[in-house]
Amino acid sequence: MLSEFSLIALFILIVLGFATSLVLIPVALRKLGIVPSQPSAVKSEPYECGLETTGPTWIQFKIRYYFYALLLISLDITVVFLYPWAVELTSLGPAGLITIFIFLGILAVGYLYAWRKGALEWK
Amino acid sequence: MEIGSGINSMDLDLHEGHVIEDLKNSAASALPEPSRWLDEEIERNIITTTVDKLLNWGRKTSLWTETSFTACCTFEFISTSSSRFDIARFGMEVLRSSPRHADLMITAGTLTWKMAPQIKRVYEQMAEPKWVIAMGACGISGGIFADSYAVVPGYNRILPVDVYIPGCPPRPEALLAGIELLRKKIEKRSIAKGN
Ligand code: SF4
Repeated sequence: MLSEFSLIALFILIVLGFATSLVLIPVALRKLGIVPSQPSAVKSEPYECGLETTGPTWIQFKIRYYFYALLLISLDITVVFLYPWAVELTSLGPAGLITIFIFLGILAVGYLYAWRKGALEWK
Repeated sequence: MEIGSGINSMDLDLHEGHVIEDLKNSAASALPEPSRWLDEEIERNIITTTVDKLLNWGRKTSLWTETSFTACCTFEFISTSSSRFDIARFGMEVLRSSPRHADLMITAGTLTWKMAPQIKRVYEQMAEPKWVIAMGACGISGGIFADSYAVVPGYNRILPVDVYIPGCPPRPEALLAGIELLRKKIEKRSIAKGN
């Protein structure tokens, strides 16, 4: 029992060690002067097919998809609850049916609210 | 014409013209050969040799090419990188669209002065260490267009070229031979020489 878990712990250790060393090896090689490092202003500028960028590059980006992601998560949760209910449908009987409809009703109110608020429109 | 907040296309054109003129004036002759260190003998000890071997093995077996091709030699490169000539044998099948990932620039094609600042900028944005292969007559000397006022007479005017591959265009076998030469060159790098 315990040995199984120790294998998982070993696995986590190896993964962590591998991930950190992949990040740290290049940094260490550069700090030790083993690999060449020639930083320059052009090198750190944004890459745009070799052209100099015109206008500001650090623009703000609309994150409207965030609402859709939230709504999608609530849909996911609906599925998570509906699936076990559907599997056990016969043994749960009418009580289960009523409960799940209450649950769906609560969710539907949430969706109606989002709809009325205009969260589903791309503006 | 206004093409953005306070940016005028006339100003952009003027700016571009100045950049090209400056580059043209500063590139009157070829850059010095970057490979003089190849023949230098150096003190080697067991540590530097081992580290060198490891680093150079990693570098030469994963030469990633920057995709910045300007003219007809490109088709020979495309054929080299496809199944028949199979550049994947050398770990080179990864063609990078961003200079940040690339360490090899194959200059397949005629370069015009109008395009030169962009190619130079892409080269400058590549991570160290980086190499350049001048492919084809145009890459070496401007080829049949060498006399044109619009064509850069050889990439070595603006970039330090490591390997030259003659031909118009060079056959894929020639390109592979050039890559083999570059791999030999990479093997000679040493941390004792500072590269
Ligand atoms: S060397 Fe020949 S094939 Fe290659 S880019 Fe020049 S003209 Fe085209």
